[in-house]
Amino acid sequence: MLRISIFIGKLIQKISRLRGGGSALPGLVVERINPSFVKKVLSKLPRGVAVISGTNGKTTTTKIVAELLEKQGLRVFTNNTGSNFVRGVISAILENISISGKFDYDIAVLELDEAHAVKFCQAAPINYALLLNVQRDQLDRFGEIDHTADLLQKVAAAADRDVILNREDPRVSKITAKNPAYFGLSEELLAQFPSDDDLIESSEIKVSDKPAKVIMDKLSGSHATYIIDGKSFDADLTLKGIYNAFNAAGALALCAAICDDESKNESLVQTLSSVESAFGRGEVLKINDSEVEILLVKNPSAFQLSIASFADDSYDFMIVINDNYADGRDVSWLWNVDFSPLSKVSMVSGVRAYDMALRLKYENIEIGEIEEDLEKAINDFTKGSKRPKRIFTTYTAMLAIRKIISGKSIL
Amino acid sequence: MIINILHLYPKNMNLYGDHGNMLALKRRLEWRGYEVNVIHHDPGDELPEDIDIIFGGGGQDSGQTVVEDDLKIIAPKLKEFIENGTPTLVICGLYQLFGNKFVTYEGHEIEGAHILDISTTGGEVRLIGNVLIDTPDFGEVVGYENHSGLTYLGDGVKPLGTVITGDGNNGKDKTEGVIYKNCIGTYLHGPILPKNPKITDFLISKAIEKKTGKAEALKELDDTIELKAHEVSSKRPR
Repeated sequence: MLRISIFIGKLIQKISRLRGGGSALPGLVVERINPSFVKKVLSKLPRGVAVISGTNGKTTTTKIVAELLEKQGLRVFTNNTGSNFVRGVISAILENISISGKFDYDIAVLELDEAHAVKFCQAAPINYALLLNVQRDQLDRFGEIDHTADLLQKVAAAADRDVILNREDPRVSKITAKNPAYFGLSEELLAQFPSDDDLIESSEIKVSDKPAKVIMDKLSGSHATYIIDGKSFDADLTLKGIYNAFNAAGALALCAAICDDESKNESLVQTLSSVESAFGRGEVLKINDSEVEILLVKNPSAFQLSIASFADDSYDFMIVINDNYADGRDVSWLWNVDFSPLSKVSMVSGVRAYDMALRLKYENIEIGEIEEDLEKAINDFTKGSKRPKRIFTTYTAMLAIRKIISGKSIL
Repeated sequence: MIINILHLYPKNMNLYGDHGNMLALKRRLEWRGYEVNVIHHDPGDELPEDIDIIFGGGGQDSGQTVVEDDLKIIAPKLKEFIENGTPTLVICGLYQLFGNKFVTYEGHEIEGAHILDISTTGGEVRLIGNVLIDTPDFGEVVGYENHSGLTYLGDGVKPLGTVITGDGNNGKDKTEGVIYKNCIGTYLHGPILPKNPKITDFLISKAIEKKTGKAEALKELDDTIELKAHEVSSKRPR
């Protein structure tokens, strides 16, 4: 049955690729004809399966974990196709498994959406979990924030080895597991990280009483200090943004748990220094006359942390807000972000350009131009001044920006 | 002139950018030269005497239970304010709790504040998406709904408007929200006020009228961005 599934899956993959189709169909078909496919393939992996979930930072954190483990000599299977549904994992397996069923990996490191992580755990056994945060997402996808925390609790319960939890997130730190381990922040850094509840109402900083396997102790520019199992290590990060640096602490904790060998901690941190951000997570592009940093903002907490990291008067800013299905139809969340660190936004664009402009107007922030047409907006924004630029963008707008830039062959 | 705005349960009822409503009230008062004083009311606090506008938002279920007990205590005084014409806006969760009762889907009955003659029962599915309604007082109103409670109006109140797209109060009778004296209850997040400046200005002008004893026209503001955002929202898919 396994071989038949692989054959059919690969066949559909070839056909749909010839027709220029997407990556989900082969996964969908195999999921239907052989529901135990994922379980059969992944349960054979000698070092098991690790699942990474949470609202923000999954893609970059998964990339960090995969690169760190690869450097340790492990053959890592990961779903870097961007489809973090069960069927996306199946499609990724089909691409990497031989027709005879040979799947040459030691460990799977999988990025899964909260709701799909639960479905995945029902389809296949998992060994490790890294749970990053529960933040107000576009709430129309799951209903309510407490529900999302319940989903992650189910993922934690399914992992039979280590579960790495963010002790600074009030909802994640409450999650119970057989073998919990925590990552956290020093008291000094805690003040720089608004929790999701702090976005609503400033509250006192609470220092967690949970012992952390990994603590991000200091962060100054790109220089970070992590304490792993009580020992301090320095890293000069290529990754941008304080939230990426913090999620890296979670990645280190997971990798340290998987390696289970303290002598490897130093080389884990060394590898971390050279890991780069994923597209739209701080990548710098040259467009027209300008160097432009693309910053993905999917929800208020990501937006808030991004503004905290990147508001800087020597930069010009553009914000692009779409409300397509993958972004979430609801744009209310823009009102939960504090934009006051920005003194001016030069360009506002996207389907919901006017919603964004309205938000800025009520914060008394100067708006340069409002242009709903994204291509025109990007052009106007990047022409003329050579000042460095930053674009905050929602998910589908980020994809559209990528398309516009590659179409102009200036990428 | 100082306008006192009471913000009910800002810590517990804080979903969907409802705080943007506070900002809309505050700025549109400031832009017209008024001073604004925001008073937060959290469970256990005492209600002040001098209130010009009341606002309360929606919350997740865990926020709602903490609020229920406190609301029982302040309900008589809140009712007095609203009976006396204090302009008020309550959204979603607090809209439901301002009514007579809320019967959960499991059949558990929660006593309301009996301020608005409405009753709510928990529904099986969530009603989620963009909403457009037609109102006699404010024209077309846009917003975003996400609720499982189904609200039905009693005889003593009239709906805020009629649903054009979306579900509104209960998905059946085409009504959305309620208006009673100067109190508006609604399921519309968005937040509702920034993109529907006519409602914001209604609350403001009623507050000033009540304070000064005479009705006068508000100073005009440039609402180009507000109206454009309203127009875009009204055309987006559910």
